[in-house]
Amino acid sequence: MNNKVNPEQRIVITGIGLTSPNGNNLKEFRESLLTGKSGVQKFETRFMGEVLAGVCDFDALKYQKKKELRRGTRAGSVAIYCCHEAFGDAEIDLEAIDRSRVGVYLGVTEHGNVETENEVHNISKYDYDTKYWSHHHNPRTVANNPAGEVTLNMKITGPHYTIGAACAAGNMGVIQGVQMLRLGEVDLALAGGVSESIRTFGIFASFKSEGALAEHEDPTKASRPFDKQRNGIVCSEGGCVYTLERLTDAEKRGAKIYGEIVGYAANSDAFDFILPEPGRQAECMRLALNQAGLKAGDINILNAHATATQLGDIQECKALRDVFGGEKSVWINNTKSFIGHTMGAAGTLELSGNLPAFEDGLVHPTLNLDELDPECHLDNIVSGAPKQLGRVDYIMNNSFGMFGINSVIIVKRY
Amino acid sequence: MTRDEVRQAVVSILADIAPDEDVSSIKDDVTLREQMDLDSMDFLDIVMELRKRFNVEVPESDYQQLVSMASCVQYLQPLLKDRQLAS
Repeated sequence: MNNKVNPEQRIVITGIGLTSPNGNNLKEFRESLLTGKSGVQKFETRFMGEVLAGVCDFDALKYQKKKELRRGTRAGSVAIYCCHEAFGDAEIDLEAIDRSRVGVYLGVTEHGNVETENEVHNISKYDYDTKYWSHHHNPRTVANNPAGEVTLNMKITGPHYTIGAACAAGNMGVIQGVQMLRLGEVDLALAGGVSESIRTFGIFASFKSEGALAEHEDPTKASRPFDKQRNGIVCSEGGCVYTLERLTDAEKRGAKIYGEIVGYAANSDAFDFILPEPGRQAECMRLALNQAGLKAGDINILNAHATATQLGDIQECKALRDVFGGEKSVWINNTKSFIGHTMGAAGTLELSGNLPAFEDGLVHPTLNLDELDPECHLDNIVSGAPKQLGRVDYIMNNSFGMFGINSVIIVKRY
Repeated sequence: MTRDEVRQAVVSILADIAPDEDVSSIKDDVTLREQMDLDSMDFLDIVMELRKRFNVEVPESDYQQLVSMASCVQYLQPLLKDRQLAS
């Protein structure tokens, strides 16, 4: 379906709120991506001691009271920060809008592990007597928690929910927002993804048991997608939320427009719990291109999913060679080499880091690519330093997740 | 625990549950809800903290006894008279 015909169906990004391990707004984040600043550090986690993680340092009290922080979750706090920043950036005054026409759609890889682990730890101090289990556990662990906390904090009365889609969730949150705007269900969407993943030891322990947890004596060098010495994922927290609206509404109020979402796609591998399948990934990219009415060669920047697992990178590179092989004008980067894997936030956050390219023409590089794995060979990986393209018209973002959920978004320069 | 110490124990719990509030100026004879932003989940927190800190069980039928500082102290003092205020 080509939605460019009807202006009411054209959806644009007019605000970005984010917290990344290397920046608490788009300006800081972009600066870090252009100057090679990593956000990965040593981090203490329960039972495992020191691990490597991407840790955010946004000011949670900027938009929340101490009591909200005590009662809510880290994911809720990340979401509230990002949503306020996204509306602030879009110059939307909460007091002046109809808050029943705002939808909150947040992707999550997982939710509730942190809070459940905390309660098990809590009752372990009382001989596992469950009368010490907190009454806050239920509201903290319902799957809609992060989006629900946003509506309480911002007094938004439109719909709110989370979209569970493993590591494709950030893109899926945005896609949901686009769809709901096109259906006329809402007039403004706060759409993106959040992650509190590093607050649970389980995610580190599980990736370690899979042989897929990154290790390196220098934390900033641990996340190394496409590199021969890569040894797994760096788990990170983060969040990114867009203000999405119809182009007609955005133009009417003279909003700053970051770009138009001209294509998206989601599909499933139907193949394995954790292993990715390049055939379906390639198919997903082609579906998005078709929806946008584009050819592969029209894309200027391709932000790869690139988690730095042994097999994941190889499989994605096969899919990328299938779709983009021989296209000399498509430049490829990744973001996880800087900040690790921000899980539910990854899709939206990684796309955001590239959107300023519409203004400055620069492709930010991938970090830590010292020796390209021949199995990850791609023609145009931007490595080490930014590349000036002059003009950027189309950016594509890939995010794939467990159970073979694939998601692709294409944003066009406005 | 003396009455003063019981009061101190309740104030300390409230300080944790309602960290944005000034607990130094709580009026004993006014209901807690009238002077602080507290809801039913917060009262469950008070019950939980009494359980954790002093091994005291407040049955649901007695929750109304926690309505003001004065009624808290009145109700809790007999239950806490043999307990020590944690340092």
